[in-house]
Amino acid sequence: MSRIVRGIEHGLIGCEACGLVLERPAQGSECPRCGTAVHARRPQSLSRSWAFLVAAMILYVPANLLPVLHSTKLFESWSDTILSGVVALWEDGAYDLAIIVFTASIVVPLLKMGALLLLLLEVQRGGRQLPRERALLYRVLEYIGHWSMLDVFAVALLVTLVHFGSLANVEPDSGIVAFGAVVVLTMLATMSFDPRLNWDPPRRRATPLPAAPAVNPDAAKDPLSP
Amino acid sequence: MPRPAIKVRPELAICEHCDSVHRRLPLERGEAADCKVCGATLYRRPMLDLDAMLALAAAALIVFVLANAAPLVTMESGGTTTRGWLLTLVATTWTSGVGAVSAIVIGTVFLFPLAQITLYFYVLLACRLKLPAPQFVNAMHWLRRLRPWSMVQVFLIGTLVSIIKMSHLASVQPEPGLWAFGVLTILLTALGTFELRELWVLREEAQQA
Ligand SMILES: [Zn+2]
Ligand SMILES: [Zn+2]
Repeated sequence: MSRIVRGIEHGLIGCEACGLVLERPAQGSECPRCGTAVHARRPQSLSRSWAFLVAAMILYVPANLLPVLHSTKLFESWSDTILSGVVALWEDGAYDLAIIVFTASIVVPLLKMGALLLLLLEVQRGGRQLPRERALLYRVLEYIGHWSMLDVFAVALLVTLVHFGSLANVEPDSGIVAFGAVVVLTMLATMSFDPRLNWDPPRRRATPLPAAPAVNPDAAKDPLSP
Repeated sequence: MPRPAIKVRPELAICEHCDSVHRRLPLERGEAADCKVCGATLYRRPMLDLDAMLALAAAALIVFVLANAAPLVTMESGGTTTRGWLLTLVATTWTSGVGAVSAIVIGTVFLFPLAQITLYFYVLLACRLKLPAPQFVNAMHWLRRLRPWSMVQVFLIGTLVSIIKMSHLASVQPEPGLWAFGVLTILLTALGTFELRELWVLREEAQQA
């Protein structure tokens, strides 16, 4: 297996915003093409990601325990949580819908939080196992992030329709707000995580970029020459 | 002391997912270069050219207007027919005491997609006509930031789920606004395949020419 050439080992940084490759920029200097401050790794990536993830995990509890809908019909009144909504769909025989809502509202958020937890713990522990699989996991997280918002939209329309139809009185409840916040927070946690950390050996994470050479930058060994 | 200019290496590409360095290769139309270390896409050459992308952005703008002007659903119950637009959704959720839901809907389905389409139009036009666009850099930054928060496709599926859920309670019909959202989803996905990083390169080439 050929050795992998890493940017950080040669003072090469790819601008996060526009992709331009810069050679030995001072830490925090601006990309000449787009003006973004360039960093070898996102600053405070791990602590920010942890903060968003912990907040999401805490809010996940009320998001599932608090009712998302409160309905009144004649003299009856009942509350639905996300899970009881799925159960009701299943009992009504709407299996396909029950599966869609169950996946988007329960499986995806749990998987996302579990996967982020795994990525963060592994990076922090300095683990170097299966970097390719962890990289793939991160890309999946990025891709599925917003699909959990499905239930929020479904509740919004349900409330609107019932409101007009005077079939029954359905009011959205605080559970849906907590749920929306969980989705936003897990998305923020994913964005804060720097996937390049998955590949870094534990030691290098603390040390800054190699300093710019004092004499002649062109004398620096070309990273791509064998 | 003047700051030394930063040396750039446009012939290289660095994978944003694993930090491995690659030499840029010329691509055919519609091809993408994958990172051989982690498998992420490094860069791609878009299938469509600038003119086609501009046409897509213009179409998206028109469809966006239609999707919001036409009702999404109608519901018949007790002899009365009621219609729901996207903005009625925003208003009802607001008055029902869940302001956060209302804010999520207006942001992710109305404001962000609208901003996205307009910004795409601006940057594509600037590249195509080689205009001196003073806000090009800002527009590109906003396009990148907005991308994950524009959720038209999720809204579409959420709405369909809700309509089917309701259909056993009352007669609920999807209306043209919903189909327009379907078309908008396709157009936005097509626009999204145009990698922003390629636009930076195109812009630089346009300025040098
Ligand atoms: Zn840049
Ligand atoms: Zn890679």
